[in-house]
Amino acid sequence: MASRDSDPGPEAPVPSALKILVAGGFGAGKTTLVGAVSEIAPLRTEEMMTEASYGIDDLSGVESKTTTTVALDFGRITISPSLVLYLFGTPGQERFWFMWEELSEGALGAVVIADTRRLETCFAAVDFFERRGVPFVVAVNCFDGAHQYEPDEVREALSLNPDIPVTLCDARVRESAKQVLLTLMNRVSEQVAA
Amino acid sequence: MQAHDEFDPGDTQHGLPHRDAVGGFGEEAAPDSEEAGPLVRPYVIAQGRDHADAVQLDMISVVIAAKRAEVDEMALEPEQLRILELCRRPLSVAEVSAHLDIPVAVVKVLLSDLLNRGLALARAPYTAKSPVSRDVLQAVLDGIQRL
Repeated sequence: MASRDSDPGPEAPVPSALKILVAGGFGAGKTTLVGAVSEIAPLRTEEMMTEASYGIDDLSGVESKTTTTVALDFGRITISPSLVLYLFGTPGQERFWFMWEELSEGALGAVVIADTRRLETCFAAVDFFERRGVPFVVAVNCFDGAHQYEPDEVREALSLNPDIPVTLCDARVRESAKQVLLTLMNRVSEQVAA
Repeated sequence: MQAHDEFDPGDTQHGLPHRDAVGGFGEEAAPDSEEAGPLVRPYVIAQGRDHADAVQLDMISVVIAAKRAEVDEMALEPEQLRILELCRRPLSVAEVSAHLDIPVAVVKVLLSDLLNRGLALARAPYTAKSPVSRDVLQAVLDGIQRL
């Protein structure tokens, strides 16, 4: 790959990074999916986020902010010596919307993991990526013992556009997680071409 | 916040709940019980500076320690020396944060100081301003295929 700016020299190539977000409710299998395809055991980082208070009358004109510490699990796939892909599990709850804003900046796309035992926990993520025009796919994580739904039932329940892929997966299995990422990458390519 | 308290998450017999096409709602299934931990120490490490002088770094900016750079150990924080040690091979800001157990925001501040001193180099990630080329997309697709 052609070198870009600030190349440190031939002996130390610094790769460029890309990221894919993996969103979904608590316990939906985000970190499991990341771990299934990552070349390293998922790492955890903590980000301190400043959250402007919202919906509260501000009489003084002084901005009221609170700082929240949010844990993020992520994994890594080295694509080539010049390209690294990071997968970030993102907190699914709506109260973290301010964080998705920052995380989705520059993201290639997103996987929304749907847990049919608690489908509503992925609604906020679907809303967010839909509004932002971030390419995404919905992966229905098939837990043992969970009532099995057809992709179309999930699609309907989520009121998804027909062009948004919905796939069934087992987030623990590398091949299955890999298929989800390939589905996403095909979706990303389509959207770039459009 | 809990507008849908009456919903029983264990009850899947009646089919799937439906999302409103606009809005939806975010059930807080289980708030992260992560201890916030002491906040004082990171700011002490960063010498009271904040995001302002670290804007150019992203969570996935990839960093490497500069070769042949003369390091004046006395001028640096111990955490910065650990960062240089760690970044003998290229790592993202997020990885540095995870390995050293220092919040991302603080790593950014420590790193931007190292960048300013010429002791480390960073490569910005692809962003909306530098859209990903077809070649890169194909490379990612091939890379995932090889997993």
